[in-house]
Amino acid sequence: MRTPDREYVAPVARYRIRFAKRGRMRFASHRDFQRVFERALRRAGVPMAYSAGFSPHPKISYANAVATGAASEAEYVEIGTAAALDPTVLQQALDASLPSGFDVLDVVTARTGHFVDRLEGSVWRIRLPQVSESDLADAVAALLAETHVEVERMTKKGARRFDVRADLLSVECGTDESGCAILTLVVRHAVPVVRPDDVLAGLRQVASLATPSPPVVTRMAQGPLTADGRGVTDPFGPDREESARAPA
Amino acid sequence: MPVTDLFDELEHVLPLVSKPIQYVGGELNAVVKDWDDVAVRWALMYPDAYEVGAPNQGVQILYEVLNERADTLCERTYAVWPDMEALMRERRIPAFTVDAHRPVSEFDLLGVSFATELGYTNLLTTLDLAGIERRAVDRESEPLVIAGGHAAFNPEPIADFIDAAVLGDGEEAVLAITDVMAAWKSEGSPGGRAEILLRLAKQCSVYVPGFYDVEYLPDGRIRRVVPNRPGVPWRVAKYTVSDLDEWPYPKAPLVPLAETVHERASVEIFRGCTRGCRFCQAGMITRPVRERSVTTVAEVVTNSVQRTGFEEVGLLSLSSADHSEISEIARGLADQFEGSNTSLSLPSTRVDAFNIELANELSRNGRRSGLTFAPEGGSERIRRVINKMVSEEDLIRTVAAAYAAGWRQVKLYFMCGLPTETDEDVLQIARLAREVIRTGREVSGRRDIRCTVSIGGFVPKPHTPFQWAAQLGADDTDARLAKLRAEIRSDREVGRSIGFRYHDGKPGVVEGLLSRGDRRVGRIIEQAWLDGGRLDGWSEHFSYDRWMAAAERALADEPVDVDWYTTRERGEEEVLPWDHLDSGLDRQWLWDDWQDALDEVEVEDCRWTPCFDCGVCDQMGTEIQTGPTGAVLVPVPPLPLMAEVAARR
Repeated sequence: MRTPDREYVAPVARYRIRFAKRGRMRFASHRDFQRVFERALRRAGVPMAYSAGFSPHPKISYANAVATGAASEAEYVEIGTAAALDPTVLQQALDASLPSGFDVLDVVTARTGHFVDRLEGSVWRIRLPQVSESDLADAVAALLAETHVEVERMTKKGARRFDVRADLLSVECGTDESGCAILTLVVRHAVPVVRPDDVLAGLRQVASLATPSPPVVTRMAQGPLTADGRGVTDPFGPDREESARAPA
Repeated sequence: MPVTDLFDELEHVLPLVSKPIQYVGGELNAVVKDWDDVAVRWALMYPDAYEVGAPNQGVQILYEVLNERADTLCERTYAVWPDMEALMRERRIPAFTVDAHRPVSEFDLLGVSFATELGYTNLLTTLDLAGIERRAVDRESEPLVIAGGHAAFNPEPIADFIDAAVLGDGEEAVLAITDVMAAWKSEGSPGGRAEILLRLAKQCSVYVPGFYDVEYLPDGRIRRVVPNRPGVPWRVAKYTVSDLDEWPYPKAPLVPLAETVHERASVEIFRGCTRGCRFCQAGMITRPVRERSVTTVAEVVTNSVQRTGFEEVGLLSLSSADHSEISEIARGLADQFEGSNTSLSLPSTRVDAFNIELANELSRNGRRSGLTFAPEGGSERIRRVINKMVSEEDLIRTVAAAYAAGWRQVKLYFMCGLPTETDEDVLQIARLAREVIRTGREVSGRRDIRCTVSIGGFVPKPHTPFQWAAQLGADDTDARLAKLRAEIRSDREVGRSIGFRYHDGKPGVVEGLLSRGDRRVGRIIEQAWLDGGRLDGWSEHFSYDRWMAAAERALADEPVDVDWYTTRERGEEEVLPWDHLDSGLDRQWLWDDWQDALDEVEVEDCRWTPCFDCGVCDQMGTEIQTGPTGAVLVPVPPLPLMAEVAARR
């Protein structure tokens, strides 16, 4: 009888990482990113903690991955390591190791629990080429006038219908420097999670808003919702406070 | 002159296609150069989907070799999926490279690496999407389309669609072609296309099909193949790299973002094989054996792992356990990777060269996968015919040792349809598998061990002793496999521990047609493509009926048909379509070896016995290069952050 020849090594430390998914890398799926990330850790020589068993896996937890095709300035991942590291050194090493387009923006030592629970909502920015600002504003007004807007999304288990309105906390229209229509959303994370695509489906449904060119979606931030529901705060805040209160 | 960047246009269709990441490039270690900074521009294509093509070692090595030259740039392109093809046609987006999304039609050269003949229709798709004339004779300013890879040893079926073909190792060939191309362009491209092709034919052993006429006999056989202009050779020779230590590639392997068929770093530990398996085209056309030294192997492996982050390293060759210092390589690398979760794998292992100690070293630092052996033939008799000298005793002993050492799963590869084969030879596979299970249960004391029998139809290949053999038809193959399956299942108690995987005989017929075809087969390829043939290596896209209908139409006025190309045995005097292409093997030796096969006479390996005059070393001026070198591996410096952590302690 063969036994696993590797013992379980409990992580010595855990680190929370905020990274961006930019440019053409937004076409990477979450699974693509997982492979990219694990290899980047190995290239950088990060001393990872591994799970036990015949098939040891590095200790990595991914939170709320953005959909394939969407960019992000606020993706989060947590790693467990076999040695204590300087978060700044880790950030630099990992950023240098990842392919361009995946950029490490921030690293903190995990000093608190329940991190994923702090990711209460997301701020999204949707660029809508070939959509006029006034059409967009009209459509948004029509959507906000409703209290319940049911849309359909194809999932692996078939078509699923759900409301997009209740978790949509804030919507703003505007334009960017090139004059292209921009939609900024604050969405509360719930089950099923309302995605930017679902909100666009809602706009299409209530006001026949057409998007002739594929919209470009970017997650700008994730974190605890502000009291007025118009934004989010830094989810690393509690870790930073704890580190300041009681340095390791 | 500026060149178009097609990414802006692609960006609009990428949200609409499956697995868009395969089209965006940006892989770690990919190279993008300024278009106007170089003299010669290569596009390299692997004619299958990205997930199959991206890990291909041949393309990765040539990509690096070419990009290391300051005067050259090289980018890659792959077959696109049908959803992407439809959108490209709709939006008029031409075929593009994944590196800088430049139009394929703007390059000087389009090199296509054919590992298998089933990629031929994918070449036609890319030419069409690129706006490159399908027939070489109609081309003017388009890239020179050059075929390479093992299938290029008989490029006759695609002779109309390529400008040229190169036989053998690519490293020196692409550099020689680049030199000639650079000189010709600097002179102002005198004489146009005909001139550059003539220079390549004369100066770089490049085969230009257009420079040779094929004449046929009334019965359809080839009368002769003859050069149609002065200065081109009667026979075109293959390239052979003579010292693999001087070519330590890949130095910076590409790391795809998309999931691919080989999620590992690959390092070739030797090239060529003289085991002499008569069915094996790779073993015949890549002679002689040239080992990479244990020192260079370790250097390339360590560098690959550090620069890619892969958890597995494949030690590639045609029979990796045959390296004269395989134990030193396995032990040395396992020591280096101690504690780093990096495993080693040998993709092909001979039963007689395998040992448990080696297998343990390979999996010491990582995951232990199943073991795979390829006895190829079910009976001792048929193994003598194919010259796969593995006794049943060897096989059972090796497999038993594996089960005793804790392996639970063993996979065995076989072929069906080998020359002289009878039902009885194939039914022996069932008996062998049962013996494996019985012995395995006995030595391991467990009932949950498994053995998977995987079997495919044999396709006779050019430049092998079986090039004259009749291929078994699809129906006969299927009937024989059905009998084997029934035999395996007849003993339910043991049979439930035996998995049975097989492919039906139909794709093999098309592969056989394309493998041993002549120029007339090009019309079938074109017709099949016009009728929608795409991605023929994928069972969900492959259509046997489409190919047969295309063949019937394309060969309507010819005295030959699909059976003539596949199930017909050839005579000694018949001119074969590839006789003017020189793999170094002496034609008489091949014929004698074919006769030996029929007489069930085996031939030894020339690495360990005197030369048996296959002709390669004499003809090509090459020699066998094997160790042992006696070199000892030195430890490597740790990785960046590891070093930082160690320093702080």
